[in-house]
Amino acid sequence: MKRAIITVVGKDTVGIIAAVCTYLAAHKINILEISQTIVQEYFNMMMIVDLKNADLAFGDMADGLEAVGEGIGVIIKCQKEEIFDKMHRI
Amino acid sequence: MINTVEVRETNEMIEKEHLDVRTITLGISLLDCIDSDLERLNQKIYAKIHEAAKDLVKTGEAIAREFGIPIINKRISITPVALVGGAACKNVEDFASIAVTLDRVAKDVGVNFIGGYSALVSKGMTPAEELLIRSIPLALSTTERVCSSVNVGSTKTGINMDAVKLMGEMILRTAEYTKEEDSLGCAKLVVFCNAPDDNPFMAGAFHGVTEADKVINVGVSGPGVVKTALEAVRGENFEVLCETIKRTAFKVTRVGQLVAQEASKLLNVPFGIVDLSLAPTPAIGDSVADILCEMGLEYAGAPGTTAALAVLNDQVKKGGVMASSFVGGLSGAFIPVSEDQGMIDAVSAGALSLEKLEAMTCVCSVGLDMIAIPGDTKASTISGILADEMAIGMVNQKTTAVRIIPVIGKGVGETVEFGGLLGYAPIMGVNPFSCEAFVSRGGRIPAPIHSFKN
Repeated sequence: MKRAIITVVGKDTVGIIAAVCTYLAAHKINILEISQTIVQEYFNMMMIVDLKNADLAFGDMADGLEAVGEGIGVIIKCQKEEIFDKMHRI
Repeated sequence: MINTVEVRETNEMIEKEHLDVRTITLGISLLDCIDSDLERLNQKIYAKIHEAAKDLVKTGEAIAREFGIPIINKRISITPVALVGGAACKNVEDFASIAVTLDRVAKDVGVNFIGGYSALVSKGMTPAEELLIRSIPLALSTTERVCSSVNVGSTKTGINMDAVKLMGEMILRTAEYTKEEDSLGCAKLVVFCNAPDDNPFMAGAFHGVTEADKVINVGVSGPGVVKTALEAVRGENFEVLCETIKRTAFKVTRVGQLVAQEASKLLNVPFGIVDLSLAPTPAIGDSVADILCEMGLEYAGAPGTTAALAVLNDQVKKGGVMASSFVGGLSGAFIPVSEDQGMIDAVSAGALSLEKLEAMTCVCSVGLDMIAIPGDTKASTISGILADEMAIGMVNQKTTAVRIIPVIGKGVGETVEFGGLLGYAPIMGVNPFSCEAFVSRGGRIPAPIHSFKN
């Protein structure tokens, strides 16, 4: 399975999750897990997504998500899962 | 499955602590380019490098995008040019024309450095190798991206003192040829003992003759990550200190291994090694000297520095070795002066001298690196400094190197600015007493007794 980790950091506002999920749904990217916290009005979210059926290349998706983030004033980062896996698992 | 804490830890290393992949270096053999006609040789060299490396930069950028980790440099190392150009080059200008070709192809494929304008003369010099060495000042003053290295000694062969004497003169001449740019040419020239064939780091990278046709070597970095990890264990004993460094080195090296494998796959070139080094940059928070301070020293250079560096170097290796299937290159802690803000501060404060740096090179991964000295230093004195450093490498069976810059027109107390990753440096004092009669003896120093292991 090709998986990626999406992280969203920024000032909490209405519709952050909605905006990200709408983008993912439009490109056939399935969400496997979401965890989210708000610390001192700062929104922190991590998503694990499955890219198996994604209809666009990884780089384009990462650029697209970054643009979604800019639109709502948060920073969205998308990275392949392997970097975390390699670093934290033997 | 990966959790939030782990994701945040990795991303903080990247965003706040300067974790990066310092270089993806594509090694290319030029042995099949050898030709007795100089023009044809230059054409073949250009064509082979261009074909092999045309997608290197693009691929590096794509990998950086996928994993969200900066890959700072994309570089090329080639077969030592003395071997490739021997049949065609009859004078120094002929050899320098190869350097110009290398510079051109480096610019065309978009890499910032190409290493391998080199000669391996640890026991003796062929006429071609001597010619290449004599062409270094011209080559480095007429090119921008070419890096040069000369291996003048090894544990197995001893030290070629004729080459050491010649290199003292060539370093000084390179400084003179590039004096308009504060003798910048010398920042691209390294003298080695026990030079590794698979080093991905500049200026000393070359593609050894023991290597395959092409290979991907990756150099990782992350002094800031180690420093931050050590902040959490202030005052703890050495066991805790060592465990912390080891664990951090493991994590950093795993990223290098991942990037190396991905680059190897995408470029369809075999994976060589990960060089698990702590390579500082002039950026604040990206300093090896700061790690030494975090370990408990007021400044790098204070008593205890050699012991602290020995611990750091060893633990980086122990942590890194398990993280990668193949490690090699220089692997350990680099201690350049101009490329490390903490080192610069230590020199400026009077805490760090050339002699202390020499002691530190007994336990670090390389040697005297990016050290600016007065431009009126005699060639024989530079040869003496080289001989000392080569002797440390030869006897301790480790790689040592000297990258020293006699800055023409400047003296102790002045500062020299190289720019970019090369940083800036205060000019350090050199012992004024002569070693002329010693380095002029000629011949070679025999290999040490413990090298006879057969």
